[in-house]
Amino acid sequence: MPADKQRLEREVVAMRVAKELPDGGYVNLGIGIPTLVSGFVAEDSVVFYHSESGVLNCGPLADEGEEDIDLINAGGQFLQPVPGMVFFSTVDGFAMIRGGHVDVTVLGAHQVSAKGDLANWMLPERGVGNIGGAMDLAAGAKQVIVAMEHTDRHNHSKIVEECDYPITGKACVSLIVTDLAVMQPTEQGLVLKEVAPGWTPEEVQELTGARLILAPDLKEYEL
Amino acid sequence: MALGKVYPSPEEALADVFDGATILVGGAVGAGLPENLLRALSNGGARGLTLVYSAGAGSISSTAGNSSGKSSIESLVMEGRVSRIISPMPFPPNAGGQIEDSWRQGEIQIEILPQGVLAERLRAGGAGLGGVFLPTALGTRFQEGRERREIDGKSYLLETPLKADFALLKARAADTFGSLVYQGSGRNWGPVMAMAARIGVAEVGRICEPGGLDPEAVVTPGIFVNRLVECP
Repeated sequence: MPADKQRLEREVVAMRVAKELPDGGYVNLGIGIPTLVSGFVAEDSVVFYHSESGVLNCGPLADEGEEDIDLINAGGQFLQPVPGMVFFSTVDGFAMIRGGHVDVTVLGAHQVSAKGDLANWMLPERGVGNIGGAMDLAAGAKQVIVAMEHTDRHNHSKIVEECDYPITGKACVSLIVTDLAVMQPTEQGLVLKEVAPGWTPEEVQELTGARLILAPDLKEYEL
Repeated sequence: MALGKVYPSPEEALADVFDGATILVGGAVGAGLPENLLRALSNGGARGLTLVYSAGAGSISSTAGNSSGKSSIESLVMEGRVSRIISPMPFPPNAGGQIEDSWRQGEIQIEILPQGVLAERLRAGGAGLGGVFLPTALGTRFQEGRERREIDGKSYLLETPLKADFALLKARAADTFGSLVYQGSGRNWGPVMAMAARIGVAEVGRICEPGGLDPEAVVTPGIFVNRLVECP
């Protein structure tokens, strides 16, 4: 059964996403697997991290005992002060996002559709949720990458033909990286580009709620 | 001429908060949260408040929130002082807590909106604009009831201005004219909320005489700030 097979660790998913970040780019990381991405950027590459909490050039997370409540990212994590860090108002933080100045955002998701619709702010059974900055990021960032587990805790696919959860943005996701595969939403449908080591495209399809189109150059997860 | 912007205590700075007032609360997940002013709001007794905040409900760290383990905003809700919340993140990060319970029991109304929409609605309110067209939330349930407009081939939704009676802010330092400099990511909502309220109230670490702040470093000019309390 594919459901019992070994999937990739969250860190490996983050490592794969890190390869997508452009050298010199401005990047906004969401909560969950996305926060891990900064740990895997190549050492010779410079990435400027943006937080809508009003920080640009965010450094690494603060060490225990060094936390400063006035130095946090949008996820509420404490940051280390680093040279070149700047602060600004939330209004400016969202101008950077909607104005097309942020190159990539990496977000988690509850569901992503084959066309790239993103649902990540509310679970229908709860009936309410925090939106935060996700809708502005979905609408404004030049590129939206989703990093998430392929299935939810009931082993239901988080990748679907059409989202039945309330959506955050329409046709906004350009790449989906999961613990099983790398996929690209297109107008024709969802293209399977890479599969995790030890997995066949058929096994990935079995756990995917949308029909996968095999990329001509389909390959093993490339780190 | 005495400006009289400096108040001796948070309670005195908020003495005229009335039942049904709309109050902007600066800060986000603890950074820039005006805890002293929120405590004074609690001590003051006004009810039926509308609170507008970004993400102040959670006590995400030992330094945010008060000794009860609840944030000051949760405490105000538990005291039955709040009738309405307007926020992109009304609940603590992982659990809804008291705020969600109160909402489910129909004790408070909650308007959830995207964070960047709140920012621009406040800016429109503070800058005297009739509204602003945003690309945010197109195709989502939040577009319902909003005017849609095509501008230069792109779609936008009209958002209306948001204004308030009071803004509660936290800053590192002020001069007696009310000009503010902030601390780190605690700046967040201060500048726009100061603009959007009729009465801007700031708790600051230090109050100096005019000339004590580098004019190039001032973030919020004193025209937007009516009251100051020193809370070292």
